[in-house]
Amino acid sequence: MSELLHIDWTKCDGRGLCTELLPNVLGRDEWGYPLARRRGTSDRTNVVISTNDAEAARDAVKLCPKLALSLGAQRSA
Amino acid sequence: MDNAMWAFGRVSGFASLAFFTVSVLLGVMTRSGRPLPGLPRFSITLIHRNISLLASVFLVLHVGSLLLDSYAKLTVTDVLVPFLGSYRPFWQGLGTVALDLVLALVVTGLLRHRIGQRTFRAVHWFSYAMWPIALAHSIGNGTNGTSTWFVTLAVASVVAVGVAIVWRLSANFLETARARQGGLT
Ligand code: SF4
Repeated sequence: MSELLHIDWTKCDGRGLCTELLPNVLGRDEWGYPLARRRGTSDRTNVVISTNDAEAARDAVKLCPKLALSLGAQRSA
Repeated sequence: MDNAMWAFGRVSGFASLAFFTVSVLLGVMTRSGRPLPGLPRFSITLIHRNISLLASVFLVLHVGSLLLDSYAKLTVTDVLVPFLGSYRPFWQGLGTVALDLVLALVVTGLLRHRIGQRTFRAVHWFSYAMWPIALAHSIGNGTNGTSTWFVTLAVASVVAVGVAIVWRLSANFLETARARQGGLT
């Protein structure tokens, strides 16, 4: 089951830790803010995390210097 | 035995201060959002945390060994309440203040997710007060506090932390500063 990584934009400061930990999932825009690489299923705020990346996503939630990230179950559309 | 406690108390105090110095520098680096060559951002954050905890462990050893040492005449009250000590109470009191601040920093650091970013940040600012207070304590209280080698190291540390703070306050401190300034004009 895949999870959703939620980015709280009121908190995120584009410090780029999450993009380092999830290089295949997140890129950075020109201001340093995270941006989902696969735009199909993910949107700007809720990024789909596969089981392979779950561990790294959890690290990102833990280490984000602004506490801007949270992980949740993917809502079935 | 007593001599060993005394010696260990001094060495552990020195180690604690040295690790805290590195920790402050790494903390500023973390805040800038920049990686170092060969060291990604999340590694810097983790090393910052681990070095801080290591410094705190040495601080506990420093205080613990001097509590057990009869020469230092340290009491449990002195550990928590500053400026009541029997030996150079002012300088020892600074050590107590620094210890209390470290306690607050460690607790809020470990509970960051529980207490939220605002509280964490408000308390974490006190790092900038803790470090100079700890340094002053080591100079004023330490047996070697005014030895040439120690003063040389202290001056070097002050320069390093000073440069980091000037950089911290400069306009281009953040990795993304340039792009964001450009975005506004
Ligand atoms: S680690 Fe946190 S602050 Fe940094 S870019 Fe990711 S979400 Fe934003």
